[in-house]
Amino acid sequence: MVHHDTMTGAEILLKALVDQGVDVIFGYPGGAVLPIYDELAKQNRIRHILVRHEQAAVHAAEGYARSTGKVGCVLVTSGPGATNAVTGLADAQCDSVPLVCLTGQVPTHLIGNDAFQEADITGITRPCTKHNYLVKDTNNLARTVHEAFHVARSGRPGPVLIDLPKDVVQNRGLYQPPSKTKSKYNPQVKGDLRAIEQAVEMIAGAKRPIFYVGGGVINSGVAACQLLTQFVRMTGFPCTLTLMGLGAFPGSDPLFLGMLGMHGTVEANMAMHDCDVMINIGARFDDRVTGRLNAFSPKSKKIHIDIDPSSINKNVAVDLSIVGDCAHVIEDMIKVWKARQPKIDERALRAWWSKIEEWRGADSLRYPASDTIIKPQYAIQRLYDLTKSRNPYICTEVGQHQMWAAQHLRLDSPLHWLTSGGLGTMGYGLPAAMGVQTAHPDALVIDIAGESSIQMNIQEMATLVQHNLPVKIVILNNQYMGMVRQWQELIHGARYSESHMDHHPDFVKLAEAFGAVGLRAERPDQVDGVIQEMLAVNRPVIVEMRTDASENVFPMIMPGMAHNEMVLGQEDRSRDNPGSEQDGMVLV
Amino acid sequence: MTDAVQDSNRHTISVLVDNESGVLARVIGLFSGRGYNIESLTVAEVDAHENLSRITIVTSGTRMIIEQIKNQLRRLVPVHKVHDLTIEGPHVSRELALIKVASSGEKRVEALRIADIFRARAIDSTNESFVFEVVGATEKVEAFITLMQPLGLVDVSRTGVVAIARGPKAL
Ligand SMILES: Cc1cc2nc3c(=O)[nH]c(=O)nc-3n(C[C@H](O)[C@H](O)[C@H](O)COP(=O)(O)OP(=O)(O)OC[C@H]3O[C@@H](n4cnc5c(N)ncnc54)[C@H](O)[C@@H]3O)c2cc1C
Ligand SMILES: Cc1ncc(C[n+]2csc(CCOP(=O)(O)OP(=O)(O)O)c2C)c(N)n1
Ligand SMILES: [Mg+2]
Repeated sequence: MVHHDTMTGAEILLKALVDQGVDVIFGYPGGAVLPIYDELAKQNRIRHILVRHEQAAVHAAEGYARSTGKVGCVLVTSGPGATNAVTGLADAQCDSVPLVCLTGQVPTHLIGNDAFQEADITGITRPCTKHNYLVKDTNNLARTVHEAFHVARSGRPGPVLIDLPKDVVQNRGLYQPPSKTKSKYNPQVKGDLRAIEQAVEMIAGAKRPIFYVGGGVINSGVAACQLLTQFVRMTGFPCTLTLMGLGAFPGSDPLFLGMLGMHGTVEANMAMHDCDVMINIGARFDDRVTGRLNAFSPKSKKIHIDIDPSSINKNVAVDLSIVGDCAHVIEDMIKVWKARQPKIDERALRAWWSKIEEWRGADSLRYPASDTIIKPQYAIQRLYDLTKSRNPYICTEVGQHQMWAAQHLRLDSPLHWLTSGGLGTMGYGLPAAMGVQTAHPDALVIDIAGESSIQMNIQEMATLVQHNLPVKIVILNNQYMGMVRQWQELIHGARYSESHMDHHPDFVKLAEAFGAVGLRAERPDQVDGVIQEMLAVNRPVIVEMRTDASENVFPMIMPGMAHNEMVLGQEDRSRDNPGSEQDGMVLV
Repeated sequence: MTDAVQDSNRHTISVLVDNESGVLARVIGLFSGRGYNIESLTVAEVDAHENLSRITIVTSGTRMIIEQIKNQLRRLVPVHKVHDLTIEGPHVSRELALIKVASSGEKRVEALRIADIFRARAIDSTNESFVFEVVGATEKVEAFITLMQPLGLVDVSRTGVVAIARGPKAL
């Protein structure tokens, strides 16, 4: 007998997703989730994007989440479907991207029996999710879904997985609305006011200050980015951004020093090294940023604002910490600043800026121009100049092209830059762009790719075509895993072990085989033309640019070196052969 | 800035968690995944009504590492409270050990005599063996085990440390 208040687990699931504001799911079906797919077909509130590989579903949900500020949603089957999603989950965990990933599971009575397509996915993903659940009773399903969304988006965001045994979605149970679901998980968002006042005092008294801002401000939202911009401009202090923070402060603002860290600008890294007050907002002192820890910004007092207490004093001991959400804390800092009208040391600040201008004079992102071969930096600059009026969303893969994009694009708006920073996942960009385009159908969405990375999720070209997602993929084809080749050249005696691929597909034909458009540029004078052609098409496009294979990313802080020991270019090889790899820096 | 090189110290950390499946795996996985040290770990339900368990962990590390351990524990969703008993004021800690000694003659008598000094109770005995139950601070339990070694020690089973703050207040 069917009780009239009860629903099937699949119905409950979809109702819970709708109540959580889900409008798109990225997924791939299989036996364990067929009841859910059956239910999906009966409704039209939630759109399903059918990917070609589960890893891509997760990256697409990351793209959706990071470009909207909402929680991304994924649905995959048990066993291989779930294990294929693991890389995406680890990526989202490293970069603090809010996701809910639904995985099918064998029926509860078969769990532990090595059943067909059984994998202990809650066990496998425990260290690479923010939290995960195995639902054993249909009556707990709605509550679990609501709590999962709450956990994914609250505090430091991250991926949450819900494992759904087949019988749990087939059985009947009661629905519970979000309003009736209370969670014990409620991280602190307001910062301690006394600490905020102390911070304002330290900031106002600074003689050589710098704002070091990271992805936490992006996580906090567009409002946090606006408040940050307001505050930095009120002080007139210089500001540098991490790879994950790009867009949080306008790239075209004169107070912006460019990205810092391993491939950061001279002015950003030198200012970090010589500053007397460092204001870290939503950045985590990553080893790609600090260089050798015992030489990191030795003369500064450090303030650190972060919502996750475990980010504080993890790598670098700080003098003042404020636990809270960036938007709340910056808002309070602005209030205190306005109320106190502090007198800043104008003279010291002028001297500091003139020092910074000196470093800027080094023009550390310059590169040798060429009219015979396409320099990758040139390709990116032209791409930026020809598209910036359309405020594009830029995704990247991982490698040299990613670094050149970070250096040469001067993005002005937040949520428009999507890259895999913490895990550095080759194959992230194309599916992420797919997710962005799904959320913003009329926007210009570009994936800046390397010829090696793009092949890691190239199958998603078919998804783009099927769902009319006109993503533009610009491949900088340097014939090498360039970033690996660069390290081999600079650190391993130019022995290019397995970093060259002797065979690549014909990318133009490949695009056409998928039903997309393929274009190619082989000389600098063809670059503008193919970009314009690409922009004129309202379909997915692959543009292959044949770029200089020998180009390296500079400046570079070699592994184990300090901020004031950058290698500036090919000529400046005085710091080859770094001593040890132990202190701070690791792999490509 | 404080010096990064600091002496490693032992801390007893008390963690109140939801009593749900997987929570112990999360805590242990955190320690092994991040290379932290577990000297002892005990867990049992302490509040059936609220469905809470207490995990008591003895660990060691520099000040920065101990702070990381506590903050990492607080990040886990089913973790409600994390207290460092070592720095939060006076506390008492105890463990219980069951110790099997097989011997005869003079050694058997000596084992009983030492057990008496340690207030260890014999909770099982045969003609050729005893099982002693000893309760106390880790040092006391270890001292007892050391003394039993030459007297026919065959097996040891220990609970690990449980601890609680002194005084009237709850953590
Ligand atoms: C090939 C390669 C090269 C790289 N080179 C560089 C480089 O030169 N320079 C560089 O900067 N990076 C580089 N990276 C990226 C680097 O590995 C890290 O991913 C990056 O530096 C981390 O950025 P972040 O510090 O902003 O932290 P994120 O990973 O973005 O972490 C955000 C921090 O903010 C906190 N937070 C989250 N939400 C909030 C909130 N609402 N309020 C307050 N705090 C919040 C989090 O707790 C966390 O501590 C490179 C990556 C690759 C793959
Ligand atoms: C999945 C994965 N495997 C390996 C690596 C190591 N890795 C980092 S960059 C890189 C080469 C990328 O080559 P390509 O996509 O051609 O970009 P380029 O550096 O040439 O611009 C490799 C192999 C990685 N980051 N991710
Ligand atoms: Mg390449």
